[in-house]
Amino acid sequence: MNLSVNFAGLKLKNPVIAASGTFGFGREFSNFFDLNRLGGISVKGLTLEPRKGNPPPRIAETPGGILNSVGLQNPGVHAFIREEIPFLRQFDLPIIVNIAGNTPEDYCAMAEILSEADIDAIELNVSCPNVKKGCLLFGSTPEGVSEITAVVRKVCKKPLIVKLTPNVTDITQTAKAAEASGADCVSLINTLLGMAIDIEKRKPILANTMGGLSGPAVKPVAVRMVYQVSKEVKIPIIGMGGISNGEDAVEFLLAGASAVMVGTAGFVNPGVWVETAEGIEAYMKKHGFGKVSELTGALQE
Amino acid sequence: MNFDTIIRKTEKLSEGIYLIRLHSARIASKAVPGQFVNVRCSDGLNAYLRRPISICRVDRKNNTVDIVFMNRGKGTNLLCSFAQGDTLDAMGPLGNGFTLPKEKERIAVVGGGIGVFPLLYLLEESHCACKTAFLGFRTKEAIVLQDAFHRTAQKLVIATDDGSYGTNGLITAPFMAWLEAERPDRVYSCGPAPMMKIVARACVQKGIFCEVSMEQRMGCGIGACLVCACKVQDGDDYQYAHVCKDGPVFPAERLIF
Ligand SMILES: Cc1cc2nc3c(=O)[nH]c(=O)nc-3n(C[C@H](O)[C@H](O)[C@H](O)COP(=O)(O)OP(=O)(O)OC[C@H]3O[C@@H](n4cnc5c(N)ncnc54)[C@H](O)[C@@H]3O)c2cc1C
Ligand SMILES: Cc1cc2nc3c(=O)[nH]c(=O)nc-3n(C[C@H](O)[C@H](O)[C@H](O)COP(=O)(O)O)c2cc1C
Ligand code: FES
Repeated sequence: MNLSVNFAGLKLKNPVIAASGTFGFGREFSNFFDLNRLGGISVKGLTLEPRKGNPPPRIAETPGGILNSVGLQNPGVHAFIREEIPFLRQFDLPIIVNIAGNTPEDYCAMAEILSEADIDAIELNVSCPNVKKGCLLFGSTPEGVSEITAVVRKVCKKPLIVKLTPNVTDITQTAKAAEASGADCVSLINTLLGMAIDIEKRKPILANTMGGLSGPAVKPVAVRMVYQVSKEVKIPIIGMGGISNGEDAVEFLLAGASAVMVGTAGFVNPGVWVETAEGIEAYMKKHGFGKVSELTGALQE
Repeated sequence: MNFDTIIRKTEKLSEGIYLIRLHSARIASKAVPGQFVNVRCSDGLNAYLRRPISICRVDRKNNTVDIVFMNRGKGTNLLCSFAQGDTLDAMGPLGNGFTLPKEKERIAVVGGGIGVFPLLYLLEESHCACKTAFLGFRTKEAIVLQDAFHRTAQKLVIATDDGSYGTNGLITAPFMAWLEAERPDRVYSCGPAPMMKIVARACVQKGIFCEVSMEQRMGCGIGACLVCACKVQDGDDYQYAHVCKDGPVFPAERLIF
C-alpha cells in the first residue's frame, strides 16, 4: 500500500516523522532499525553557536509521560552541516532542521545558512520552554510568531514549518499568525510546561525547576489543539504529542494533521516509528482508505 | 523490535535486594563489564520509562546474564514481582565498559551500595595478578554477594556505615589507608558520588589509572535524547557528556564532580 504524503513542498514516503530532540541526528537509532523506514526526521534543535544545555537532572518521570529540561544542548548549525548531513544523506530520508534562537537575527542567520545546505525543510522552534531567552517568548504571542516567521520567510528558500507551543491561551491565534506571515506548515505541539517535586527532599526534581511535558499524558491536549488549528488555517499541519502507535496517529490525522511526529514513545519502544506507520496502513486497509491524505480531517461530525 | 529475555531464576539476596537471571544470547555474547541493560518494568504507563540496571555477571556457556537491583521505587518494585519463566524486555548491552587490566597488573575496586554489582562482573572478567575489593554497605543485613567477591578477589575489605560488620564507617577510609602503602596499576569505582569523588581525586593526584561508573536519570538509554548529562572537563572549560552513550564508565580525570 502507498503511504506517501505530499504537502508543503515535502515528499514523505510515509507520514511518520521522528520528533525533534528525541532522535538526535539519527545515529543512535540507526543501530536499532533501518532509518529508510521513517517518513522523515526532525533533528535535535540547533542554535547558531554550540550550546552546553542545562545541568542534570534533566528528566523526571510523571504519570504516562516525562518532563525534560535538556535546554537545547547541540553542536551548533555549522557542525551539524559538516558532520551530520553526510550521515543522514546515506538514507532516503527528508531532513527537517529544527532551529531556535535568542533574537530574530539568530533565526535569520541560521535560515540563510541552511537555505544553502542539503536539507529539505526548516522547522522554527519558537516554543522551547527550557531556555531563558528568546524562543518560547516569541512563540507565546501572535505578534512574536509573526515577527519571527516574517523575517525568516524573507531569507528562507526551503519549506518553512513553524512549531507551535501549547503554552498559550488560544493556539489558533499563533497558528493564524504563522500562516499570515508566510509559514508553509505548522507543527504542534511542543512540550507543555510542567514541574515535579521530590517531597522527601522538598526540591524540584529537575535542576532547572521546570521542564517540558511529553508522552502519552499530553495526547488529548495535542489532539484537541490540532483539531482547533485545522479549523482556522489552510496550511498543512504536522501533529504530535504522545503518539505511541498507529491508532494514536490516526486520531491526529482525523483531527486534521497531514503527517505526525513521534518522540517520547521511542524511548520505551525504539520500534514505535515503524510500528506507527504499519498501524496507519492497517487502519486504512480495514476502513478502505486508499491514500493517507484521505484521512486528514476525515472526522465525522 | 524485540528485546525479550526469559527469566531463568529470581532470588531475594537480602532485604530489598533482588537478583534476576536472564536467558539472552544477544546480551551474553556481547556484554563487557561496566555495561548495563535498560529494562521495561511494566507494559503500561505506570513506571513508563525503562530502568537502567548494570550487568552483574555473565555465563557465556549458558547464555545467562545476572542483574541485581535494589527495590527503591515504582519501577524496581514492579521488577520484584517478576518470576521464573516470565519474559523481561531488556535492551542492551548498552554503554561503554571498563578497560580490563593486563595479566601482570594489580587492581583495586571500590564500590558502595548498588554500585558493587558491576564491579563483581569486572573482577570475574579480570585475569590479572592481584585483585583487591573494597565494598561499602549501609549495614550488615545489606551485604550481598560476599562469597562471590571473596572467591574472585585476593583481598576483600568490607565497611558498614553503622559498624555492624567489618570496618566502621565509609569504605573510603580503609581504601585511602591502603593506597598510602600500595600502588595498584588500576582502580575502578562505582557507587555514591561522594565516594567516587574521593577515590577519583586520590588516584588522579597519584597518577594512578582510575575509571568510575556514573549514574544519571535516563530517557532513551542510547544517546539520542541528551537527558543523562554528566559534567566533564573540556580543555579549560566544561561540557555535558552523556552517561548512557559516553559512559557509564568514564576516566576519573575527565569528570567534574
Ligand atoms: C548506568 C546505571 C546502572 C545502574 N545499575 C544499577 C544496578 O545494578 N542495580 C540497582 O539497583 N540500580 C542500578 N541503577 C539505578 C537504577 O536505575 C535506579 O535505582 C532505578 O531506575 C530506580 O527506579 P525506580 O522506579 O525504582 O525508582 P523511582 O524513584 O520511582 O524512579 C523514578 C525515575 O527516576 C529514575 N531514577 C531514580 N533514581 C535513579 C538513580 N539513582 N539513577 C538513575 N535513575 C534513577 C528512574 O529510572 C525513573 O526514571 C543504575 C543506574 C544507572 C544509570
Ligand atoms: C528530551 C526531549 C527533547 C526535545 N527537544 C526538542 C527540540 O530541541 N526542539 C523542539 O522543537 N522540540 C523538542 N522536543 C519536543 C518534541 O519534539 C515534541 O514536540 C514533544 O515531545 C511531543 O511529542 P511526544 O509526546 O511524541 O514526545 C523535545 C522533547 C523531548 C522529550
Ligand atoms: S538517556 Fe537519552 S541520551 Fe542518555
